[in-house]
Amino acid sequence: MNYFELFKFSPAFDIDTAVLAERYRELQRAVHPDKFAHDTEQQKLLSVQRTAQVNDGYQTLKDPIRRAEHMLALRGIDLSHETTTVKDTAFLMQQMEWREALEDIRHSVDPQESIDELYQSFAQYRATLTQILTQLLHSSEDEDGLLAADQVRKLKFMAKLHDELTRVEDALLD
Amino acid sequence: MALLQIAEPGQSAAPHQHRLAVGIDLGTTNSLVAAVRSGETATLPDEDGQHSLPSIVRYTQDSVEVGALAAQSSAQDPHNTIVSVKRFMGRSLADIQAGKQSFPYEFAASENGLPLFVTPQGQVNPIQVSAEILRPLIARAEKTLGGELQGVVITVPAYFDDAQRQGTKDAASLLGVKVLRLLNEPTAAAIAYGLDSKQEGVIAIYDLGGGTFDISILRLNRGVFEVLATGGDSALGGDDFDHLLQAHMQQVWQLSDIDSLLSRQLLIESRRVKEALTDAAQTEAKVILADGTELTQIVTKAEFDAMIAVLVKKTIASCRRTLRDAGVTTDEVLETVMVGGSTRVPLVREQVEAFFGKPPLTSIDPDRVVAIGAAIQADILVGNKPESDLLLLDVIPLSLGIETMGGLVEKVVSRNTTIPVARAQEFTTFKDGQTAMAFHVVQGERELVADCRSLARFTLKGIPPLAAGAAHIRVTFQVDADGLLSVTAMEKSTGVQSSIQVKPSFGLSDTEIATMLKDSMKHAKEDIGRRMLAEQQVEAARVLESLQAALAKDGDLLTAAERGQIDATMTNVAQVATGDDADAIKQAIEQLDEQTQDFAARRMDNSIRVAFKGQSIDNI
Repeated sequence: MNYFELFKFSPAFDIDTAVLAERYRELQRAVHPDKFAHDTEQQKLLSVQRTAQVNDGYQTLKDPIRRAEHMLALRGIDLSHETTTVKDTAFLMQQMEWREALEDIRHSVDPQESIDELYQSFAQYRATLTQILTQLLHSSEDEDGLLAADQVRKLKFMAKLHDELTRVEDALLD
Repeated sequence: MALLQIAEPGQSAAPHQHRLAVGIDLGTTNSLVAAVRSGETATLPDEDGQHSLPSIVRYTQDSVEVGALAAQSSAQDPHNTIVSVKRFMGRSLADIQAGKQSFPYEFAASENGLPLFVTPQGQVNPIQVSAEILRPLIARAEKTLGGELQGVVITVPAYFDDAQRQGTKDAASLLGVKVLRLLNEPTAAAIAYGLDSKQEGVIAIYDLGGGTFDISILRLNRGVFEVLATGGDSALGGDDFDHLLQAHMQQVWQLSDIDSLLSRQLLIESRRVKEALTDAAQTEAKVILADGTELTQIVTKAEFDAMIAVLVKKTIASCRRTLRDAGVTTDEVLETVMVGGSTRVPLVREQVEAFFGKPPLTSIDPDRVVAIGAAIQADILVGNKPESDLLLLDVIPLSLGIETMGGLVEKVVSRNTTIPVARAQEFTTFKDGQTAMAFHVVQGERELVADCRSLARFTLKGIPPLAAGAAHIRVTFQVDADGLLSVTAMEKSTGVQSSIQVKPSFGLSDTEIATMLKDSMKHAKEDIGRRMLAEQQVEAARVLESLQAALAKDGDLLTAAERGQIDATMTNVAQVATGDDADAIKQAIEQLDEQTQDFAARRMDNSIRVAFKGQSIDNI
């Protein structure tokens, strides 16, 4: 299923998320089970299936990583079930450093300050990755597609790191 | 050109006939029923003018007492007077007995480990007890509104898992009541609040009831109520405050080894003390022992605050996590709406205000707002407001996953995903010629199966015998708008649809439901055959009515030939439905379903086309 088509977007990485949210609500009004509560069982079932599709499409297009993955999947580059990892040594070194920093938070004098600093570094690095990704996705060259896939893998690493940081922060606050 | 159709007099419902539907707040401590009448939504009082029905059921030798009457006997007959039954819903007996709290009831276990209360009327499960609470509410509604209900919306804590939701729905089914929707309590409150205030933007609903805590973050936008995230604890509520007070008094008075009678007496006094401390800085707790000794003790608000501080802090931690899941900051939250009787506790209000940085909204009645929101939704779902633009987009509160090798959980649907949702996952066989696979579905956020709640086990059968790893089985998990899970599976290379038997871990088995239905009908002095026939006839009438409405609206999507076929089959259904063969009616309906499949799909596509009419395709 091409979610760009479902939401009437041309397949580009930089979409207007406000327009996306607006179209999502319009689509929901058209297909949601509540609108068919009084209809036949068959129509209700169809409505549940279609709404599930609309929901998945919205989540996919809303999230930059998933949107990029979807674009690449439409070009025949499937990242969802792959086992390929990032081979960029500099990137991996940086990941290790950040992971050590995560470990150290507990022993730091001002944990909240360390956490905030990390959040900031992560955000900066992600912005850079996303910028490169945007450029690569503008190109229709196969090679650029593969390079874009690498950026997506790195962004996934960053997302995991971000999750772990929030977990550390939770443990601190609870 | 299609000819205009005129229905047989008395055969089809008038288009603007008002259908009766109510919203029910099935609470831990109190339950309410509300309805929309001539545009006004209000809770319905009983004959004595009481709106709330205490969620208490007492079983005696020859009667079942519910509400205030049962509450009166609660202190004298604690063994047979069941309070806060909602806390037992969807739980196993082992779960309950592992908890710190002790209960005065005599328990037995069902075939799959569900708790059964042993009463003078035999063993009853939590679903049956809940049905007893629903019964007088439905009777009250039918009497007040003057007719049979077409459907109800029942509210559940947002944090209820699949088993707890299914149990709630089953309770209504026992009474033969159609459940239009299970609605999350905070979402119901948001509807009541949002429609009233016409507020747009992000709001937080902090809902602390007798036995459950929910926090929901919603975005309100032109009639669309979008739940961004929900969190909470389905075993934390005002009841726990009572238990802490009770433990405190037992300690002060050095009461060890107390019987269930005194225990219930202490609990009732604890509740009174808690309520008194809402307005007073201190109050005197008092109980009279069996030997006539009077015990008294002053309890101050400061002491009470210290006791419950840990629990309140837990709710605030939930708020923080849920806001983060929603991707919003406290600054973006325009209003915090307080729901549930326990939000009257001053410390709760103070802490919520401190966290969100603004005073919470307490002007709406926290006890009634949930039932009122449910009534508004029921009115729309039953079809009384076809022009309404209200739309609820809710989420699944807990992640769904399946057990993989080594007792690990593979997440299939993550929490806070908007429902309905469908996810497909592929599996393969482990051995040559393997024809079956066993699955274990769990709900929760942890990585180990042992730390999550077991939802269901099912076995996939009829897999074509192939070499190990050659069969590809696609299992689809679907969560509907009620938050309930269903599973379908297909072997991809052969297209063989495999049969699935879902056995709920903490729900009722099909045989148990059948027995309960039979029991409930014994009371109603009905026979099963008659009921089955009546059900099919009602179903036939419903299908015809819905289809007629669909044809009137979208009939132009069909060719004359297609229309002719559908009309003929409809006539057949109408005719068979006048007979007394339930199976034949069922078959005729199925045939009609089959024939209108394509029409249904076209209507859905057309609906999307209409939604986007006038919208230009951007970026082109």
